[in-house]
Amino acid sequence: MNFDKELDAKGLNCPLPILRTKKTLNEMTSGQVLKVIATDPGSVKDFAAFAKQTGNELLSSAEAGSEYTFFIKKK
Amino acid sequence: MDDQKKLAIIATKGTLDWAYPPFILASTAAALGYETQIFFTFYGLQMLRKDLSGLKVSPLGNPGMPMKMPFGPKWFKDINWNIPNAVQSLIPGYESLATTLMKQTIANNGVATIPELRELCQEAEVKFIACQMTVELFGFEHSDFIDGVEYGGAATFFEFAGETDICLFI
Repeated sequence: MNFDKELDAKGLNCPLPILRTKKTLNEMTSGQVLKVIATDPGSVKDFAAFAKQTGNELLSSAEAGSEYTFFIKKK
Repeated sequence: MDDQKKLAIIATKGTLDWAYPPFILASTAAALGYETQIFFTFYGLQMLRKDLSGLKVSPLGNPGMPMKMPFGPKWFKDINWNIPNAVQSLIPGYESLATTLMKQTIANNGVATIPELRELCQEAEVKFIACQMTVELFGFEHSDFIDGVEYGGAATFFEFAGETDICLFI
């Protein structure tokens, strides 16, 4: 999937992946896509909840081994 | 603008472990678009000090706290050092030792530090209000606290709390 920016949130625990994501999205423009890689197992539910509450669209959420990859389109 | 959700937190505890919930919830709420305020009162004022080294964690009288080592092989880390309270209280510097070990565990787990979370809250425009009455009661000066703190009383808290969607006492 195409993306405009990538955020490495590996090794970070709640709530840092969400906070860093929010901060990175703030620097982006509407419609751009952010790729986030995390290792926090809680992030799967958290990113879905983040997207639902902020209106940013979670394009995909995937798990591979102990890594979770999210694609988020900025509102 | 009035569609914006609001969260108010009263932070009353002054230990390292209890500093986490207010800052985690406030920073996350801000990231989700909430307008957020924390009212710091009594021991919660410790969290606003410029020097946060006074925030400690005590296993004494805290049966819920696992006492595990943050280093060494797995079998060693898995041991829960169940030291009786009466013994803990006799060891000089026991709280400082427990705090050092806890901070190492926090770092090992990729959990943010309190100074880091506090800064993230401030960046996200979480409003910090210190209870002026307890500031005076405990003999603090405004200069003991970080910049950007406002000072007020219970009425100040309710002015915002009355408009909130979520209000927490921690």
